Amino acid sequence: MADAREMIVKRVAKFFRPGDLGNLGIGMPTLVANYIPADKGVMLQSENGFIGIGPTPKAGEEDKDTVNAGGMPVTIMPGGACFDSATSFALIRGGHVNITVLGALEVDEKGNLANWIVPGKLVPGMGGAMDLVVGAQQVIIAMEHTTKEGAPKILRKCTLPLTAVNCVDWIVTELGVMEVTESGIVLRELAPGVTVEKIQSKTEATLIIPEQIGAM
Amino acid sequence: MSKIKTLDEVAELFADNQVIMFGGFLAAGTPESLVDLLVKKGVRNLTIIGNDTSYVDRGIGRLVAGRQVKKAIVSHVGTNKETGRLMTSGEMEVELVPQGTLAERIRAGGAGLGGFLTPTGVGTIVEEGKQKLTVNGVEYLLELPLKADVAIVKAWKADKAGNLVYRRAARNFNPLIAMAAKLVIVEAEEIVEIGQLDPDEVMTPGTLVDIIVKA
Repeated sequence: MADAREMIVKRVAKFFRPGDLGNLGIGMPTLVANYIPADKGVMLQSENGFIGIGPTPKAGEEDKDTVNAGGMPVTIMPGGACFDSATSFALIRGGHVNITVLGALEVDEKGNLANWIVPGKLVPGMGGAMDLVVGAQQVIIAMEHTTKEGAPKILRKCTLPLTAVNCVDWIVTELGVMEVTESGIVLRELAPGVTVEKIQSKTEATLIIPEQIGAM
Repeated sequence: MSKIKTLDEVAELFADNQVIMFGGFLAAGTPESLVDLLVKKGVRNLTIIGNDTSYVDRGIGRLVAGRQVKKAIVSHVGTNKETGRLMTSGEMEVELVPQGTLAERIRAGGAGLGGFLTPTGVGTIVEEGKQKLTVNGVEYLLELPLKADVAIVKAWKADKAGNLVYRRAARNFNPLIAMAAKLVIVEAEEIVEIGQLDPDEVMTPGTLVDIIVKA
């Protein structure tokens, strides 16, 4: 699965354009930062209160006040900026974040997203996810294509409580790259060795197959 | 009258049933000495308002673990297993609020606003029981302000007039809660003389601060 995750985050990194402000969710999305070239001038926001997330500090050089939204020690890049939580979420809701990358429990063909609660089992709270997917200009879901048990996560209709309606723009998995459009989910790229039949068999929603499909 | 007090003097100000706003994001920027006081005094039936319930052994999470909290209004509880357990068993009420909405509700409380309209939460369980309004064709939820009896704030530097400077990601909810509570108690890492902070670097004006203790 390590290879699958690497392929996913490498592909997601290519969505960033020079000068973009991005926000990466906890877990696999955080790894996207490792594949965005430094010379692109992309800045990353940490919604707990700054822009300019830098590399993890060396052991012994951690600063108790410089942590990311997962509470882990980080650094702040030259050119970074700190602010309070109201400003942080004004940046997010106000459309000033170009791309947010998040994981998902379920996504459906209307672009609805469920990624914050499994009633009765997992109730961590939504944190900043609801604001991010409503406010960011582009919402990219980076996730493994199916559950650990092999059940589809890309559905006709989400069954779990939603994070937001009609918010997802792109889905990147180890099998391919999909764009959510008004007519449904369009298959844009296939991972090496993956056929249209294979990706469809692991997807509950019916994928729209264009004439040209790129290589992931 | 001096705003600088000892922890013993501050202890008298906490009581059962208070609504307490706290600074901090996963304990970064939480005034730990003031949480120590609340734990030591053993006040109960508190309503706490802030970003998250932190960890069982750090930050505001210690009040949850000590069963001192009746209700928590927060955006995230996943890092504190006691919150989940007490929420499931019904021993503690938890109101989960999207983080941006929570920050803005506190801001509205401190800024004299009757509420605000946000697109966050439309079409989700967050909209239950809330008024929905359509403005220029876009649906919004009406979210209402939050206020508190006491705010416990963590600052990096305070001058003796109560002017505050925060540092890095430890700022988070601190300047917001300093606007929204009747009594504002600050724990500062460093207390300096009046005049030693440049007015341009002050992030919370001293007039909002009632009490300062040294961390």
